[in-house]
Amino acid sequence: MDVVATPMPGNAPRPVLATEGLTKVYRMGEVDVHALRGVDFQLAEGEFVVLLGASGSGKSTLLNILGGLDVPTSGRVFYREQELTHADERALTRYRREHVGFVFQFYNLIPSLTARENVALVTDISPNPLAPEEALSLVGLGTRLDHFPSQLSGGEQQRVALARAIARRPDILLCDEPTGALDAKTGTAVLEVIARINRELGTTTAVITHNAPIAQMADRVVTLADGRIAGEHRNTEKKAPGELSW
Amino acid sequence: MRALERKLLRDLSRLKGQGFTIALVVAAGIAAYVSTLSVYRSLSESQRAYYERSRFADVFVRLERAPDALLERLEVLPGVAEVEARQVEDVTLDMPGLPEPVVGRILSVPGSGAPPRLNQLHLRRGRWVEPGRANEVLVNEGFAKAHRLEPGDTVMALVNGRRVALRVVGVVLSPEYIFALAPGSLFDDDRRFGIFWMDRDTLASAFRMEGAFNDLVVRLAPGARAEDVVAALDRELVPYGGFGAYPRARQTSDRFVSNEIVQLRANATIVPLIFLGVAAFLVNVVLSRVVGTQREQIAALKALGYSNGALAAHYLELVGVVVGLGSLLGVALGAWMGRALLGVYMDVFRFPLLAYRLDAGMVAGAVLVSAVSASVGALAAVRQTVRLPPAEAMRPAAPPSYRPTPLERVGFHALFSQGGRMVLRDLERRPWRLLLTSLGIALAVAILIVGRFSGDALRYLMDVQYGQVQREDLAVAFTKSVPDRARRELEMIPGVRHTEPMRVVPVRLVAGPRRYETAIQGLPPEGGLRRVMDTEGRPVPLRGEGLLLGTELARRLGVGLGDAVRVEVLDAGRTVRDARVTGLVEEWLGTSAYMDLTELARLVGDDRVITGATLVVDRAQQDGVYARLKALPWVASVTRADLAKELFREQSERFLTVLTFILGAFASAIAVGIVYNNARVALAVRSRDLATLRVLGFTRREISLVLLGEMAVGLLLALPLGMVLGKLFAEWVARAAVDSELYRIPAIVAPPTYATAVLVVLVAGILSALLVRRRLDHLDLIGVLKTRE
Ligand SMILES: Nc1ncnc2c1ncn2[C@@H]1O[C@H](COP(=O)(O)OP(=O)(O)OP(=O)(O)O)[C@@H](O)[C@H]1O
Ligand SMILES: [Mg+2]
Repeated sequence: MDVVATPMPGNAPRPVLATEGLTKVYRMGEVDVHALRGVDFQLAEGEFVVLLGASGSGKSTLLNILGGLDVPTSGRVFYREQELTHADERALTRYRREHVGFVFQFYNLIPSLTARENVALVTDISPNPLAPEEALSLVGLGTRLDHFPSQLSGGEQQRVALARAIARRPDILLCDEPTGALDAKTGTAVLEVIARINRELGTTTAVITHNAPIAQMADRVVTLADGRIAGEHRNTEKKAPGELSW
Repeated sequence: MRALERKLLRDLSRLKGQGFTIALVVAAGIAAYVSTLSVYRSLSESQRAYYERSRFADVFVRLERAPDALLERLEVLPGVAEVEARQVEDVTLDMPGLPEPVVGRILSVPGSGAPPRLNQLHLRRGRWVEPGRANEVLVNEGFAKAHRLEPGDTVMALVNGRRVALRVVGVVLSPEYIFALAPGSLFDDDRRFGIFWMDRDTLASAFRMEGAFNDLVVRLAPGARAEDVVAALDRELVPYGGFGAYPRARQTSDRFVSNEIVQLRANATIVPLIFLGVAAFLVNVVLSRVVGTQREQIAALKALGYSNGALAAHYLELVGVVVGLGSLLGVALGAWMGRALLGVYMDVFRFPLLAYRLDAGMVAGAVLVSAVSASVGALAAVRQTVRLPPAEAMRPAAPPSYRPTPLERVGFHALFSQGGRMVLRDLERRPWRLLLTSLGIALAVAILIVGRFSGDALRYLMDVQYGQVQREDLAVAFTKSVPDRARRELEMIPGVRHTEPMRVVPVRLVAGPRRYETAIQGLPPEGGLRRVMDTEGRPVPLRGEGLLLGTELARRLGVGLGDAVRVEVLDAGRTVRDARVTGLVEEWLGTSAYMDLTELARLVGDDRVITGATLVVDRAQQDGVYARLKALPWVASVTRADLAKELFREQSERFLTVLTFILGAFASAIAVGIVYNNARVALAVRSRDLATLRVLGFTRREISLVLLGEMAVGLLLALPLGMVLGKLFAEWVARAAVDSELYRIPAIVAPPTYATAVLVVLVAGILSALLVRRRLDHLDLIGVLKTRE
């Protein structure tokens, strides 16, 4: 295992996740696409961060690297004391399995498994999970346990994906547009769930969204533009999801 | 049950059509291998066991006459464990209902009433001969069956000029006559060759052989070399007219039995090995593509924290179920068919006991080959996905290059609709995928061809042999050499239109350290009834003093055109001469040398004598001709060409029909499995694109054409490739059977075989196309667009 314990630079409070000079280049024939151009980003223990930015600005790329789903072209990534940058395959798998809950932008449910079974995929391999039924009730799908993804609407599939992410009681919850396909009411309900997980379990949370008002419920809002961090501000007053205007 | 296990079950039930057909391919490969190989093993093991139990001799020798007292000398020759002296006589039988003369061979059994110590007989019915009871005989089972002889029946024989009624008291099997070949014949013919065993004293008195013997069988001491004993016997027996001792491998019946088994081995090991290999390869390709369609699911599972090992295990379970099912089916089917096939052989190989054996190693080997190949295929697909970071693998694979392809640039694509262009672009950008698909189908075509080609080869061989080489109606063999003018007596028989002389001189050919015992056939250069052909199929003129060798014989002697060969004549005189090889002839049957009749006489140093003749006779008077030939005392045997051809056909086809049918069925199963799975995978890969096209307003017909067009391209590429591969496989199998001294297999594939193979694959293609078409008509447009699979 390649996880090297390296002392983190900077001062307390120690971030759960941190990156230094992160870049990501997709090489496609003669053209290089620079998805990230040097990102220094930190996520503190228990923090709720919202990532904003135009389409193509590199939000998903950043989140994927944080979640151990992708590797940077250069720069470093840390999870607490562990450096993930050069972690091998098995170390990354263990990292995802033990610490990360992820909602993918395209849900990526297994079509041959029901909602309950899709959640069970995660609870099967986690040490202290929620029951799949419980996780699904939290996202309002307690009555659709035995439906296959193709029998659910886009928003319902998105909620199954969220249930799957929270079911393992992760240390870090990473959500790529968890409300993208939802109406205001359902969206609010989903955000309530995320906020509650963050609040009650102290889960460090990062959420990508195109919906600027959602930012008001975060501790901190980070804006990306063209692969760089373009702005960042801290909310002095965190709103509850119910108070947001969509 | 864990969610991943549920996924396995769901996948299995969703893929049941594909899984079942893949299992069928596995089963067909294993069954073809297990059935034929188990028959081969059963036969060779039964042969070994029978020889062992019946104490089959190691060395054989015939001689003119030697006193029994000589045995004491022979027994103590180095390397000899045991000798048994016998008297063997050939007689003419008069069998009701058969116009032509039938050869009978009478062997002595010890006069004491005790059974022989070597080449022990297995009594099937009746009882043993009793010493002193005149003319009691045992008969071999084949002849008894062919003529419905039972203990108590009598057979009329012409013994030393006298008509004698042989009284059958028992029916036996002998390891010496598992295949009963009449002298000079290439085929076992139970109707026209009968073997009898008679009390030695009775037989001796009929032929004035009291106190003497004319045949000897020898069992070697452990570790002794047959060649040494052969040489020693030859030395000892010169004064007694020894005809040359020979080891078991040259004994007629053993040669034929072993040859049949070797023959079967070509068909039973190489062909099934090809089947097994092809099936394994195809399963590998298909499974890797089936698993490949789950690329995004694999990536998602990995993103959720499943390790590579867990994912590999998951797909191996899928493979395990499919291959396990296929293996079970294959082994069961193989064992069942092996038993049936052995039943066919049971009638031919007269072993007292033919036990079916299926050894575990063979089964394990076949299953392992399939399982490993299938696992490698599935794992390769899993590996391709898990090698990528999950974020990347969760997206559909990007096409490798975005540049316009050459065909696109020249405007070829403008000829097609947008959908057609989509397929073309993809085929051009991933040509290996198309090639692999085509190669798979081509291999299916190839095994369909190789499974059937033996029949073609034998038909070709028969056409050459009986259409161009042997063109007489009857071949007559004489009991002794006679002057050529004796033919006039044959020509005087009403109905005989033309005769040509023939002389067969048994020889040992020696070239350096190599030696080979065969016969030189002397033929008249001006004759047209017996011809020799060169490798191009043209008749070779028999002129000059040179020796013409069959290519196989030349190969065995290691000589070529212009080389010298020493000729040792195997008769009492033992003349030794040198001759030069002046031509090589293509010979599918036997391993002989040929020479101009007159030159042959000069070579061996005697007059122009003949040992047989070939005849053209008037069809209408054939029976009369037989009757007259039978009455001639110097005629030993008469062979009808049409009958020989018929026997040959029967002999080769009795196995081939069953074998070809079995292999054909398996090959078809494999072809269907492959074509169907290719279609299903193409559908899975494309269904999203096609549904999108439908949503954009394309008709069902149009999207069907897109997919079916792709399948058609793959199929059309596969057919010619498959025919070429089939021919290559056939050549390989033919070469593997070249070991045979009795006949060799030409690598001939007839047009109907190609046609059948192509037809089977086309039908499989059309059926799969219809199935795919039906699925296309029911594409779930909404569902496909809603989920990002
Ligand atoms: N696999 C890839 N190959 C090539 N380019 C890629 C790949 N993935 C992302 N990109 C490019 O990287 C850039 C950043 O992509 P990313 O998915 O991070 O954007 P995003 O901010 O999440 O956008 P959106 O809000 O639309 O989801 C884009 O220009 C995208 O085209
Ligand atoms: Mg994104």
